[in-house]
Amino acid sequence: MSKSIEELKSLTTQIRRDILRMVHAVNSGHPGGSLGCTEFFTALYGKVMNYSLPFTMEGKNQDHFYLSNGHISPVFYSTLARFGFFPVEELSTFRKLDSRLQGHPTTHEGLPGIRVASGSLGQGLSVALGVAQGKKLDGDSSLVYTLHGDGELQEGQNWEALMYASAKKVDNIISTIDYNGQQIDGSTEHVLSLGNLHAKLEAFGWIVLEEKNGNDLEAVIAILEKAKTETGKGKPVVILLHTEMGNGVDFMMGSHAWHGKAPNDEQLATAMKELYLEAPADY
Amino acid sequence: MKYTYTEKKDTRSGFGAGLAELADTHPNVVALCADLIGSLKMEKFIEKAPERFFQIGIAEANMIGIAAGLSITGKIPFTGTFANFSTSRVYDQIRQSVAYSDKNVKICASHAGLTLGEDGATHQVLEDIGMMKMLPGMTVINTCDYNQTKAATLAIADFEGPVYLRFGRPVVPVFIPEDMPFEIGKGIMLQEGTDVTIVATGHLVWESLVAADELEKEGISCEVINIHTIKPLDEEIILKSVEKTGKIVTAEEHNYIGGLGESIAGMLARKRPTRQEFVAVNDTFGESATPAELMKKYKIDSTAVKEAVKRILEK
Repeated sequence: MSKSIEELKSLTTQIRRDILRMVHAVNSGHPGGSLGCTEFFTALYGKVMNYSLPFTMEGKNQDHFYLSNGHISPVFYSTLARFGFFPVEELSTFRKLDSRLQGHPTTHEGLPGIRVASGSLGQGLSVALGVAQGKKLDGDSSLVYTLHGDGELQEGQNWEALMYASAKKVDNIISTIDYNGQQIDGSTEHVLSLGNLHAKLEAFGWIVLEEKNGNDLEAVIAILEKAKTETGKGKPVVILLHTEMGNGVDFMMGSHAWHGKAPNDEQLATAMKELYLEAPADY
Repeated sequence: MKYTYTEKKDTRSGFGAGLAELADTHPNVVALCADLIGSLKMEKFIEKAPERFFQIGIAEANMIGIAAGLSITGKIPFTGTFANFSTSRVYDQIRQSVAYSDKNVKICASHAGLTLGEDGATHQVLEDIGMMKMLPGMTVINTCDYNQTKAATLAIADFEGPVYLRFGRPVVPVFIPEDMPFEIGKGIMLQEGTDVTIVATGHLVWESLVAADELEKEGISCEVINIHTIKPLDEEIILKSVEKTGKIVTAEEHNYIGGLGESIAGMLARKRPTRQEFVAVNDTFGESATPAELMKKYKIDSTAVKEAVKRILEK
């Protein structure tokens, strides 16, 4: 938890290597969103969140994180492994029979770091609000963090939860929207426009922060730290984090084509060259 | 008749009374409601523990998720709304955020079945037992009177794991003794008999006792078993009984597809094939009318149980 910025930046490259090797090994999974959210996960687990190991489900007096868009499990798993929740070697079991690393995250196989299953979209915010309210009931002043896809906001349950959070003054939650503008069938603008998302979230009573450089580690840390200062003011806090799907790998960047597709052998080799590390610690 | 009654009450009031008791005895119990406090009889809990009550508004999907989240912090959430909105409306939320996530959430559902009455088929869920019993790890309970519902409400608070607790709207006879212990997964031998086994759940338990009493006057001896826990099913009490009678009638306020009768038929097919008659709704939606009119028309009353017993004896 006390890594330098340089160490964390190097870690984002390692995590990107993990993501691509994981999805390549089973020729399935979701690299695009995973790569785009690498800085967010590294910032959260490397600098921003207060937590300790070993992991417990209840995590009393610790910050919690909930991933609502469960398909970006590769970045979640790699981050958890790299921060000591479970052995890094276990990443090689991703999506394979008898693994704790299911295609989408689950508590069912007992993987440390996961507190609820996600994959069927739109459910994470409700769960996180329950945790946030449970913490308040216990006088536990720690925070609850969440991540959601932007396309995921097309699910109606999100808007039930967004309305509830401000009405009930759940001000110990920091939600982040992975605002990459892409979903499986194309751009969110093309599939089903979110309209003026910033204004919508404000109209739903949230404090809305926006960061244009969601793949700049220092910028992500800064916006999350700013979000912390906005908690406890009677309103929930949300960050619109502009990221780039496929970030870090030239041929994957900015396109929905890599949402749920694995690279072939040649593409993996190209990507690995780009994600060069002097001393890679690949699993 | 061994079981009689002096008063009629609604099962949902049994839930309300149990929940109110839990407000005092179980500091970790929290209650959530989707704009139906009065219908679910949650007022007393709210009076006793206002800080542990969560008014969600008309947003059942959000309610299930919030309940799952509260359980992560060690709370024991009881959600309350109509059975239809507790199940079919939020099936995916229950499946992923509760059942698959192994969350200790108690989904408490009132106004189940046809006896909700005049509101009609939009609200008369007859498929909920089937949906809920298909979820791995889900315990499914359908109670028969005020006392049993209260006892079940208390029992599930001490049980670790997701539970679906189903009860109803109308006032019905209170015939289960107040002090009868409620054991999850254990059937109750209400009346011993030799000719036919009747296994009933929910509002059909009283109807089955009435039927058995009338049949006894005609010289037919019925064994009446109450299965309140549809999953996990008490196989032993049923197998022991059909070993003696060789014939079984199942009775419930639910579609015959997916209900208690189907669970029992499946179990008997594997362990001891037995002739069976189903008293249940015949794969149709309900309609608006009084509970008694509906039970008669859809053949889920004491007359229907009697006819089923006679049919199976004629086979």
